[in-house]
Amino acid sequence: MAESGARLLVADDNKVNRLLLGRSLEVLGHRVAMAENGRVALEMLRRESFDLLLLDMEMPEMSGFQVLEQMVADRQLRDLPVIVTSSLEGAAHVARCIELGADDYLPKPVNPVLLKARINSSLEKKRLRDQQKALVRRFATSEVAEDLQRSGFALGGKRIHGTVMFCDIRGFTSITEAQTAEETIELLNTFYTLMFDAITGAGGVVNQMVGDGLMSIFGAPLPLADPCGSAVRAAREMIELIEMLNVERQAGGRMPLKIGIGIATGSMIAGYTGTHSRATYTCIGDAVNLAARLEGHTKEAGRPILIDGPTAAAVSDALTLEPLGEVALKGKAAAVPVFAVPVA
Amino acid sequence: MTSATIDPAIFAELKDTAGADFVCDLVATFADEEAPQMLAELRDALAAGSAERFRRAAHSLKSNAMTFGALPLGELSRTLELGSLPADAAPLDALQAELERAIQALKALSHG
Repeated sequence: MAESGARLLVADDNKVNRLLLGRSLEVLGHRVAMAENGRVALEMLRRESFDLLLLDMEMPEMSGFQVLEQMVADRQLRDLPVIVTSSLEGAAHVARCIELGADDYLPKPVNPVLLKARINSSLEKKRLRDQQKALVRRFATSEVAEDLQRSGFALGGKRIHGTVMFCDIRGFTSITEAQTAEETIELLNTFYTLMFDAITGAGGVVNQMVGDGLMSIFGAPLPLADPCGSAVRAAREMIELIEMLNVERQAGGRMPLKIGIGIATGSMIAGYTGTHSRATYTCIGDAVNLAARLEGHTKEAGRPILIDGPTAAAVSDALTLEPLGEVALKGKAAAVPVFAVPVA
Repeated sequence: MTSATIDPAIFAELKDTAGADFVCDLVATFADEEAPQMLAELRDALAAGSAERFRRAAHSLKSNAMTFGALPLGELSRTLELGSLPADAAPLDALQAELERAIQALKALSHG
């Protein structure tokens, strides 16, 4: 698809350049439309659908620079790849095009080999972007997809109802002492790969990885139909995966891995915290603290998966839970009901 | 004589990638429509004292000259594009002479 059949727009006021570039693109198997200045090009872009724009800079009525500026401001056109073709002198012009969002720059006369490579690369990038958009749409309501696409991300949070999961490797220090640093890194990579698989497979989002532990959210940033059920399903699969890993480890004479998982559900603030260049999507609220405490309590309880009352209420139809009664957890004023989830 | 006016390697590559018939038409477009317009625009811009119009027209002519491998024509156009508005039409007369040489050579090459 990146090789042929793409629909390209050539904007150049110089007829010889326009015809030649159009011809070169047709020879490469693309369909080509042409515009003789920036204003006409912009009109065509807004009216029809294109995969790529090849843009000259010096044009009457509306220059290439102005076209780039208008495209950046237009949500429909912002993601369309642009390759600037120009014989303007000076690196400052090229730099300005790139700053304005152009993907690439081809000096004129355009070298046909470079033209082919850059067109294919830009089309491939567009294909990946389109795929990403389709993926977001598949997992989110159109409102959320639209919101993510429009704002990308904004610092600050909003109140959501969701489920939080904490997971930690038990006795990790003694494991690291019994093996080399390289083996530990490899173990962590395996651990994270397996956990990510189970969590994202169930619709959760891993939002923090700290040492040998991780935190994940179900129901944000994209809403889930059944966040409690999804989190518990992920937790049980995580335990299963660890058991499979342990069979392998024990065959190799290594210590088995034990993990603990705590899950809690409730209202929380979800959003991006950090700075504009480096931010984390995270949640803050009682349920977050409770999930962390429940995870900490798994060792004492001798059960790998512990959940709170609201999560239990949501999954008790599908699973036979073991009530552990009211437990006074560290940092909690009142004792809370705790349930253990059965594992295979 | 032809080799000095038009770089044969550039022109051959153009024919190779775009096709001989297409290049023949392209030369005709340049020679019969575009180049005379650009030259006229240069003379008008000079008469009107418009440095910006003059620069644009010189830029356009340079661009096409380079495409066809008309390197001396391209160099003359580039000098006009980057320099200030000339005092008289003498540089344009020189440009026109080189343009006519280039067009003659291009027509010969594209039919050959």
